[in-house]
Amino acid sequence: MHKHTLRHATAALIAAVVLAGCGKEAPPPAPKAAAPQPAETLTVKIGAASPLTGSQAHIGIDIRNGVQLAIDDANAANIEIGGKKVKFEMVAEDDEANPTKATTVAQKLADAKVAAVVGHFNSGASIPASKIYSDAGIPQISPSSTNPKYTQQGFKTTFRVVAHDDQQGPTLARFAAKTLQAKSVAVIDDSTAYGQGLADAFENTIKGQDVKIVAREHTTDKDTDFKAILTKIKGKKPDLIMFGGIDPQAAPMIKQMKELGIKARFIGGDGMQTPNFIKLAGDASDGAMASIPGLPKDQMPGGKAFLEKYKAKFNQEVELFAPMGYDAVMVFIDAMKRAGSPDPAKFLPEVGKTNYQGVIGPIAFDDKGDLKNGPITIYVVKGGKWEPLETVKPDADAGPAAAPAPAPETAKK
Amino acid sequence: MEIFAQQLVNGLVLGSIYALVALGYTMVYGILGLINFAHGDITMVGALVSLTAVQLLAAAGVPAPVVLVLAGGAAVMVCVILGVSIERIAYRPLRRAPRLAPLITAIGISILLQYSAALIWGKQYIAMPEIIAPTRITIAGAQLTGLQATIFLLACVIMAGLLWFIKASRMGRAMRATEQNPDVAGLMGVNTDTVIAFTFVLGSAIGAIAGLMIVLYYGLGHYFMGFMLGLKAFTAAVLGGIGNVAGAVLGGLLLGVIESLAAGYIGDLTGGVLGSNYRDIFAFLVLVLVLVLKPSGLMGQHSGDRA
Repeated sequence: MHKHTLRHATAALIAAVVLAGCGKEAPPPAPKAAAPQPAETLTVKIGAASPLTGSQAHIGIDIRNGVQLAIDDANAANIEIGGKKVKFEMVAEDDEANPTKATTVAQKLADAKVAAVVGHFNSGASIPASKIYSDAGIPQISPSSTNPKYTQQGFKTTFRVVAHDDQQGPTLARFAAKTLQAKSVAVIDDSTAYGQGLADAFENTIKGQDVKIVAREHTTDKDTDFKAILTKIKGKKPDLIMFGGIDPQAAPMIKQMKELGIKARFIGGDGMQTPNFIKLAGDASDGAMASIPGLPKDQMPGGKAFLEKYKAKFNQEVELFAPMGYDAVMVFIDAMKRAGSPDPAKFLPEVGKTNYQGVIGPIAFDDKGDLKNGPITIYVVKGGKWEPLETVKPDADAGPAAAPAPAPETAKK
Repeated sequence: MEIFAQQLVNGLVLGSIYALVALGYTMVYGILGLINFAHGDITMVGALVSLTAVQLLAAAGVPAPVVLVLAGGAAVMVCVILGVSIERIAYRPLRRAPRLAPLITAIGISILLQYSAALIWGKQYIAMPEIIAPTRITIAGAQLTGLQATIFLLACVIMAGLLWFIKASRMGRAMRATEQNPDVAGLMGVNTDTVIAFTFVLGSAIGAIAGLMIVLYYGLGHYFMGFMLGLKAFTAAVLGGIGNVAGAVLGGLLLGVIESLAAGYIGDLTGGVLGSNYRDIFAFLVLVLVLVLKPSGLMGQHSGDRA
């Protein structure tokens, strides 16, 4: 069994190396319609910015892989834009999940004359970087930044393909009040733009729901000891603890909750809805709930096919945002096709008019650049796995929506 | 009251870990007058080595107590070798150099250790397999796991043992002599090089055990975990009076308790103006106060018998 997987892995690796080698040396492998205009090949660079090192590297690399996959698919499809053959190239940069580094990276990408940028992962990085992209006129799609401020700065270049916290937070709050019937809640955040934004949005909605907020605590995104604040919360006896933050904090937090004998349930946002959370928290993770923008990975219209393709190429499971990264590239390419040009100035207006059937579902933007009607799914950890519990359309008031029937074929290309 | 007892327990367990790491800072400072900034990272290496050892051994189906002893042994061994080599390579050649020079090499070694660990273990958080089933003890309304109790007791035993060792053993006497005046100690037949190397052995071994405790307690490890830990432990050592072993113990425990109580009550005391995220500020505020009122630290003394 073990040997078997290893052999597959090796085969995939060799294939990947060989393919990569091909891509670099020879002009595009030219599958079948190889002949016509060889001279007319345009190279279009697409930036991918996310944390590739640091505690969030696993999520950042996932996004980069999604972008890579999209670019490889696009190149294999021999896309023509405005009558010219186009070869896409990824420029991946590491923002270290650091706002300062993010602006440096953004400038670097702008200087490298990328046509479009997929990124960043963190809201705290996307927001400062968006100014630079806006000044350079480069359209930016964040696959994952959910802080509402990101699209509220009045930039024409900022888009995102996830629901934002003003949608996610209230959805969590309504879920807590209606489905979980929570009567008293403690709220903790990690003092980052993402965590605090999510927790604030949650708090504001739940206040109107006849639920008492018994504690509002803050920690940081570096801490691993939450015993003190959890003890304080324990004294207030909430039914539910909501955490705005990401998995390296959420995991020890739920562990320490159980150690202190806190019976309250635990719920959070997309930052903790990762396989890593379960790995870090172990058995303590059982029963934890988290929302995530979008449909469950395997319920996405193009999900199953995408997951398989991803696994075959990178020999690992999709962590979180690879499908969003993939779709972001496809949205750009779609806009370029309609504009007939890979020049940002020309295709930028077309990005806003996107109506694209992506892996994650139908993609269209409102006038601010937010994803229209992005669904949000709430998951629960059961037996060491995230299981979808309920899917909610933020605009349709909190009624559980049926997950669309899987239609993997329509989604691609 | 229950809550207060719980905060106290939280603080004591956290503080006992701080104290163990603080011992490493204080012993080296006592003898060399050097702040060994790499010590927090030695603890980190101990933590990650024991984490890897536990992962490997637990997967091989070795029973839990054996796993712990072996993992602890591996961590101690690696850290001792690391500590002694660091002393030999980075500090000994600079022993007669101006004081700033070894301080800078210490910072250099600290960064070197962090990024070497990042290369070996990667930059992600690593999960510790749960090998000890959580058992729960209740003391005066405070919840305590068996692991927490063990950490606290073991830390106390180590600290008491160390104090006794320095007081009563021949090597301990040599350490105290070297601390007071290395040149004279040398004239009296004490091999100061051996004594200094031994100090690093002791400090690193204790740091390694602290590292094992941390990964057991929090269930995860990370290449950068030694930085904040080192800073806190250093603070604890200064709080107690750097150079004084008993002071490091007191400072560590005190810092842990202050942090816990601050996080638990600061919000209520300030009417919600300051949140629990200000607990570090509170801890350092206490440090500033102590240093202003008693510059040598709580148990720091004139010059006589530290070490």
